[in-house]
Amino acid sequence: MVKKHLQILSEKSVEIVSKCSSLIRDKSTEIISICSVIVLWQIIAVYIVHNKFYLPSFTDVTFAFLEIMAKDARLSIMGIDFQIPVLVVNILAKLGIMVDPEIRLPVLIIDLIYSLVHFWIGLLSALIIGIPAGMIMGWFRTIERIVDPLIELIRPIPPLAWIPFAIIWIGLNPFAAGFLIFIGAVFPIIINTFTGFKSVSRVYVEAAKVLGCNTDRELIRYVALPSALPSIAAGIRIAMGVGWMCLVAAEMFGVSRNGLGYKIWHHYYLHNMDFVLVYMLLLGFLGLFIDRLLRYYIDGKLLKWRKGVVI
Amino acid sequence: MGRVKVNNVSRRFIKDEESSTLALDNVNLEVEDKEFVCFIGPSGCGKTTLLRIISGLDKPDVGEVYLDDNKIDSPGPDRGMVFQEYSLFPWKSVIDNILFGPTMRGVKKKNALVEAEKYLELVGLQQFRNSYPYELSGGMKQRVAIARALANEPSVLLMDEPFGALDAQTRNILQQELLGIWQKKHITILFVTHSVDEAVFLADKIVLMSARPGKIKEIINVDLPRPRERTSLEVNVLRDRILKSLLKEQTK
Repeated sequence: MVKKHLQILSEKSVEIVSKCSSLIRDKSTEIISICSVIVLWQIIAVYIVHNKFYLPSFTDVTFAFLEIMAKDARLSIMGIDFQIPVLVVNILAKLGIMVDPEIRLPVLIIDLIYSLVHFWIGLLSALIIGIPAGMIMGWFRTIERIVDPLIELIRPIPPLAWIPFAIIWIGLNPFAAGFLIFIGAVFPIIINTFTGFKSVSRVYVEAAKVLGCNTDRELIRYVALPSALPSIAAGIRIAMGVGWMCLVAAEMFGVSRNGLGYKIWHHYYLHNMDFVLVYMLLLGFLGLFIDRLLRYYIDGKLLKWRKGVVI
Repeated sequence: MGRVKVNNVSRRFIKDEESSTLALDNVNLEVEDKEFVCFIGPSGCGKTTLLRIISGLDKPDVGEVYLDDNKIDSPGPDRGMVFQEYSLFPWKSVIDNILFGPTMRGVKKKNALVEAEKYLELVGLQQFRNSYPYELSGGMKQRVAIARALANEPSVLLMDEPFGALDAQTRNILQQELLGIWQKKHITILFVTHSVDEAVFLADKIVLMSARPGKIKEIINVDLPRPRERTSLEVNVLRDRILKSLLKEQTK
């Protein structure tokens, strides 16, 4: 009995090991590529440039990263200090566990939270305004003719050119950063939703009509929207990319004292170029991660029915 | 009941100020309940337009269409339609496609599901219940389209060259199945086709149409008993007659 279990266990572990090794073998070219770039970077930084200000080495950046992970700070957003509720603190105290009600987190995490707050304010408002606007424009020809010229005139203005008005209209708070990200993100969403609605196949609309789906509202809800979903999803992906690009600039003009973009400038003023590089890399990784997450969700869940379509 | 009456229907398509085509010119037709009628004619003779007018997707310029004495002016669930193009909603699974009509009419999901399963069985695709349209072959897609149209329990089924895009074998099988369904469900079927074979095999009545302007040239009653032999003498004689008539129409 025990022998049998052991045998199964050993078989399983062999399986896991072989899976890991096959993964390494499959991705070996990619892994070697990344590793050699890191080695090359280290060599150039240490032996050729040897000036931390011009090019921090890989190890400098790693230490800088560890430092912002180790240092902690109070979590406060928009002037509000976030604390553990008094009730919870009291209960824990009764149980003999003393906790500080103040929430302290690594600086890095706080910067991350700030940046994500800015980003989501912008992106969510772009979704809430952009998708319905694109839908209505795509479905009703008159509204398209009214709104389209306005959009075409405003769209080419770079989002960063809106910074002065963002400050005057909204003030120096996270919503001003959100506004810039909104400006960057809303147009790809409107345009892709619009195109998706314009290219709804006539046969689907007619089939739905014959099956008793007759009002505009029903046709939009049950035919046009699902049919346009791939296009809308592509628009959201583009919008997230553009919004992420706007993030650094949006945090640059002092909307809050934290944030990945803000910290790039902050450390530049302090001439800590290794920290600048850490935040740059973090922005890149996070952007990649958000994009992958979205793609996984959209392709895996929302657009299951499109598996057969070659894009 | 599924009695269709077409009264003096004319339809003109206007391209610009100068050019326009008269697709249908004063068409009159009466179809009895539970009749299987095929429309045949040279391409561009307005047979699809006539079907679309009966479905309510298109409106006649002159004249009117009645279904059991009710005037038709918009699409409705009492007239099911199967299109030539694959019209299944690609974002819905097979069963959800069939459920679409009943849920739109406000039938409770549970009752609708029971009905939908029945129609799925009728077209013999139970094992593809949860598949998406991209996983189905052309013939299966049209079978589901028929089930979806029937799930609304229409009194008239309108079919616009539904088997036009299928290969010959699949087409023969589907014709056979359609006759089986028609005999089981007792509904009126109006079937547009460009294939004389198909018309002769299926129809009680063949409506021969003439090209521009679209007019009814001749109505042929097919009194051959079913099941019909595709290669029997009577079928061939009839086919020959229709083909000659069509040829005259095309060279006119």
